[in-house]
Amino acid sequence: MAYKIVTAQCTVCGACEFECPNAAIKFKNETYIIDPDMCTECEGKFDNPQCAEICPVPATCIPA
Amino acid sequence: MSAPLIPISGLSVSNRQEMGETLEKGGCSASSCGSSAGPADMDPKTWAKVKDHPCYSEEAHHYFARMHVAVAPACNIQCNYCNRKYDCANESRPGVVSERLTPEQAARKVLAVAAEVPQLSVLGIAGPGDAAYDWRRTKATFDLVSEQLPDIKLCLSSNGLALPDHIDEIVEMNIDHVTITISAIYPEIGARIYPWIFYQGKRRTGLEAATILRDRQLQALEMLTERDVLVKVNSVLIPGINDDHMVEVNKAVKERGAFLHNIMPLISDPAHGTHFGLTGQRGPTAAELKKVQDDCGDGANLMRHCRQCRADAVGLLGEDRGQEFTLDKLPEVIEDAPEARDAYRAWVAEERQDRAAAAGTAEEAAAHAVDAPTLFAVCTRGSGRINLHFGKAVEFQMYEADAEGIRFVGHRRADNYCLGGYGDEDRMEEIIRVLEDVPYVLCAKIGGGPRKRLADAGIEAIDSLGEEYIETAIAAVLQQKNARTDRAAKSA
Repeated sequence: MAYKIVTAQCTVCGACEFECPNAAIKFKNETYIIDPDMCTECEGKFDNPQCAEICPVPATCIPA
Repeated sequence: MSAPLIPISGLSVSNRQEMGETLEKGGCSASSCGSSAGPADMDPKTWAKVKDHPCYSEEAHHYFARMHVAVAPACNIQCNYCNRKYDCANESRPGVVSERLTPEQAARKVLAVAAEVPQLSVLGIAGPGDAAYDWRRTKATFDLVSEQLPDIKLCLSSNGLALPDHIDEIVEMNIDHVTITISAIYPEIGARIYPWIFYQGKRRTGLEAATILRDRQLQALEMLTERDVLVKVNSVLIPGINDDHMVEVNKAVKERGAFLHNIMPLISDPAHGTHFGLTGQRGPTAAELKKVQDDCGDGANLMRHCRQCRADAVGLLGEDRGQEFTLDKLPEVIEDAPEARDAYRAWVAEERQDRAAAAGTAEEAAAHAVDAPTLFAVCTRGSGRINLHFGKAVEFQMYEADAEGIRFVGHRRADNYCLGGYGDEDRMEEIIRVLEDVPYVLCAKIGGGPRKRLADAGIEAIDSLGEEYIETAIAAVLQQKNARTDRAAKSA
């Protein structure tokens, strides 16, 4: 159970890294990636995954 | 890299004395006649804050340069006029940048520009993204810069949603100038501009989003003005959505202490990939914008010299040297030159007194010489002088003379935001189109061809006035015209 970032669409704004409550998102090789081992889809913390809530590009933070 | 924006030497004007003597002397000072807010129009503390800030003082924008660094790309709202993917070196509009910088890279760039451009007085962080939401990067950048360049003013621009959380830090960091973009007070209108906001862990839409955003914007405005931080409010004018509403926005922000209100035309084009661009929402015409600005005449002070610059612009307003200072072009070792900035500021202090005196004399003279309000399009590269070749001008500074005096009333661009797409012939057509209601163009020099093209369109180009102060030249033109009319009347 984890989210992933569609790199081709990502604007690399970094808002998701900022909002992720699990520090699961890192900037690596000029793009942001979600560590699936650390991602909990924000369960128990927020109603919806924070990366998807803040992401400015539709369908770019999606279930892996 | 090229020379500073305005050569400090060579600004002495041979014919100023001569021209001044031909003008009638009068007792009216420029600042009390004009609206270009000078020291006589505000308390000394406020004047000290704005006198070197090109965006907050129309008068200062003739002398001082700003730079923006794009360090804060993350944003907490979506606007219908914004597309976060956009990036083009030929585009000049808010939110567009060519490279994003880390705070360390940004501080290096600021240092390099400061060493090269003595006119630099302000560093702003204005997107893409939101400087208050992406606060860690904004703060890190400002901390690095203020350590190295304590004489550079700090300035940030925000949608306001996250601003109330950082008010104390803003005051501590001596950020004297904050811009909040408020395009609507009524949530029904805001909901048509903002599809969503992200607030307290949740994406919110519709009236809920617009109400929260509006409340946080006005709260931030009140908190900042209570703490003596100067706040400029930007509003994007969107025909059919908030044009009839703008007077109310103006009133609301004035009540809460906004120092300036900057009503900016929506920039909209399908090629920009924004919601408004793709759905055919158009921007206002110059006349529509002017009408709304005039309707707001009694409210908050309006900013009319905004150039809607890029989020990585460098230079005087209306000029962008950003491409000269991309990361790959920065020198290895940067030696700051604070003494050049000090010398420049000392020169400006004298020059602006001189100009104010000249403008006062000129306005008095013009008031007697003008019967109907008359527009002048001026080619200038700063210092309040006519010092730019017509062929080099991508924008004209517009001045209006009437019995009340001579006022800067805005600027008109002739490159349609994108120089690359226009040949010389297209450009002349564009210039004639934007200047159709303007009888005079004042420039340092103009070629025979363009002069004739303008004349055929009923526009007189005048390049015989040397590097004169704008107001002085305008008065001289009006007086010469009167003298001609008088002579004609006598000989008839």
